[in-house]
Amino acid sequence: MPPAAAAGSRRSDFASGSKEEMRLLRNGEFVSGAVLAALGVFIIMEAREWEYLGPDGPGPGFFPLWYGIGMLVLSVMLMVIHARQAPAPASRGMTGTGRAFATWAALVVCVALLKVLGFIVAFSLLALFIVRFLYRQPFGKALAVAVGGAVGFYLLFDVALNVALPAGMLGF
Amino acid sequence: MESFGYLMQGFAVALTPYNLVWCFIGVFLGTVVGILPGLGPAATIAMLLPLTFQMNPTSAVIMLAGIYYGSKYGGSTTSILLNVPGESASVVTCFDGYQMARQGRAGAALGISAIASFIAGTFGVVGLMLIAPPLAKFALSFSSPEYFALMCLGLAMVVLLAGESMIKALLAMLVGLWIAGMGTDLFTSTSRFTFGHSELLDGVDFVVVAIGVFALGEVLGNMEIREGAQMLPVPKGLRNLLPTWQDLKDCRFAFLNGSVIGFLIGVLPGAGSTIASFISYGIEKAVSRRPEKFGTGVPEGVAAPEGANNAETGGAMVPLLTLGIPGSGTTAILLAAFILWGLRPGPLMIQDNPTLFWGLVASMYVGNVMLLVLNLPLIPLFAQILRLPAYMLYPFIFGISIVGVYSVSGSIFDTWMLALFGLLGYAMRRLEYPSAPLILGFVLGDSMERALRQSLMMSQGDPTILVARPMSATMLFLAVLILLAPLFRKANAWRVKAIVEGS
Repeated sequence: MPPAAAAGSRRSDFASGSKEEMRLLRNGEFVSGAVLAALGVFIIMEAREWEYLGPDGPGPGFFPLWYGIGMLVLSVMLMVIHARQAPAPASRGMTGTGRAFATWAALVVCVALLKVLGFIVAFSLLALFIVRFLYRQPFGKALAVAVGGAVGFYLLFDVALNVALPAGMLGF
Repeated sequence: MESFGYLMQGFAVALTPYNLVWCFIGVFLGTVVGILPGLGPAATIAMLLPLTFQMNPTSAVIMLAGIYYGSKYGGSTTSILLNVPGESASVVTCFDGYQMARQGRAGAALGISAIASFIAGTFGVVGLMLIAPPLAKFALSFSSPEYFALMCLGLAMVVLLAGESMIKALLAMLVGLWIAGMGTDLFTSTSRFTFGHSELLDGVDFVVVAIGVFALGEVLGNMEIREGAQMLPVPKGLRNLLPTWQDLKDCRFAFLNGSVIGFLIGVLPGAGSTIASFISYGIEKAVSRRPEKFGTGVPEGVAAPEGANNAETGGAMVPLLTLGIPGSGTTAILLAAFILWGLRPGPLMIQDNPTLFWGLVASMYVGNVMLLVLNLPLIPLFAQILRLPAYMLYPFIFGISIVGVYSVSGSIFDTWMLALFGLLGYAMRRLEYPSAPLILGFVLGDSMERALRQSLMMSQGDPTILVARPMSATMLFLAVLILLAPLFRKANAWRVKAIVEGS
């Protein structure tokens, strides 16, 4: 593969990695393996509460029990493979991940505000935050995107398509 | 001959002004999302799905399918002009397409790409039209054990080629099965995994999972980086976009190779258009009289992979429409869309809904012509989309995701679930868990459990029913063989090579 083409692949942004990427991936593998193992145990425990095999055939606990066992076994295998690998190098900061988590946190705040302020205002605040603070655009431009976007959504969904947007205490 | 008659009826459906408009909107949006790196057809279809509920199913499926195959056309534009593939299926197009553009032949590369896409896309539709009806007739003999085995085989194929780590792919699939199991058990009315939330008694809505994992996961991943690739100039005017006779002569085998390989690989679940484009490129290079020139800007190096990734869509529709088994994340979303409209893809689909099936096939012919017209003279215009800054695009995607989810159920609870699945989608990308097995496990989970339980009811609890019937035994044997592939060094080396090249 020509190097330039390889550089273009978006998935390789995660895969090709710096030491930081590898460290994050390996630690993440262990943590995700542990979380999935816990989920597997939870599924097995829950499935045991339901009927496994009844007079008419398998009960509601039959299928979950087997995929729960599968999940537990595979996640333990993942953790064992991780444990056999060399220790990960030290961290050098994680700006990219921080940006993604900040965006997600802003989305959560936006969802929390839907009931109070309604979609129009909550979306405007989300857009303002993304454009102004994550993309560091001038405040005027950020405000224009936020207000323009909110008005666009209102006109497209509420007016043109007659699809109700989440309304807040103010009634819109 | 019978098919020809039905196809004519399909054209009568597809050529109504209403359906023509939706077909155009679909292929137009497909071209746009194909051009935009980081926004794929799966995310787009998931986001737009809620808006189609008010449409009639035929028009809706014509539009959504248009997004699917239209994105394959658009994906090559960024590969050629920016060396950044709009879709993973267009990675191979970078090899020779970008080199052609650097030599001042961007117009010819874009033109060849559009022509190859048209020829192979049309070949794929012809293949779909010819193969789907007899396959559906054959599948009418399937009962619950065969369906269970078929779903196992489909999931095994997807898991095999979803990511470098098969353990992670299997775990993603199991998480999908678990999410599918949430809600009320249809056999006994037992509520499972509802965590005390009455909103979960009906299960998790497909739209919430699809938009969260695909659209939000993708955008959150893209938020990590700021790209500033330099775009090569796009030649203006149709004449500059037409390849020379010599180019077309050089590509004549590549058109055929891409069409056949793409279609055949499309029919197999799991392989997908990325692998189709790599195999087609490899074959083209192997049979070429100038293999050493590949990678330096030869037109057949553009035609073969572009043809393959377009023919693949026709192939992928075969198992989706005739067996109800999707082979990728995007076709899984299409399957869910059919189910949400009250349709059940499977052996009876063509028989029970001839208008929809043949209307869709005919619309794909029409859509391919539209795409050729859109992609040849209008490429300079489409390339301007690349100038749209990310800070304007991403807030819009968040907004449409929230509105899309809310419009389905009118429930704020679902928007919380959306945020949760967005985080899951991002974490999966970050930790290299493939999302296709999760979405397939989620879409097939319910049917799979039902088929298994019905099979065991038929045999009064005896699991040997699954291997006592020849068809189901064969499919289960193949599924086990596929899952054991990583244990065989040579088979695993081939699998990893296919995935690494594809990523």
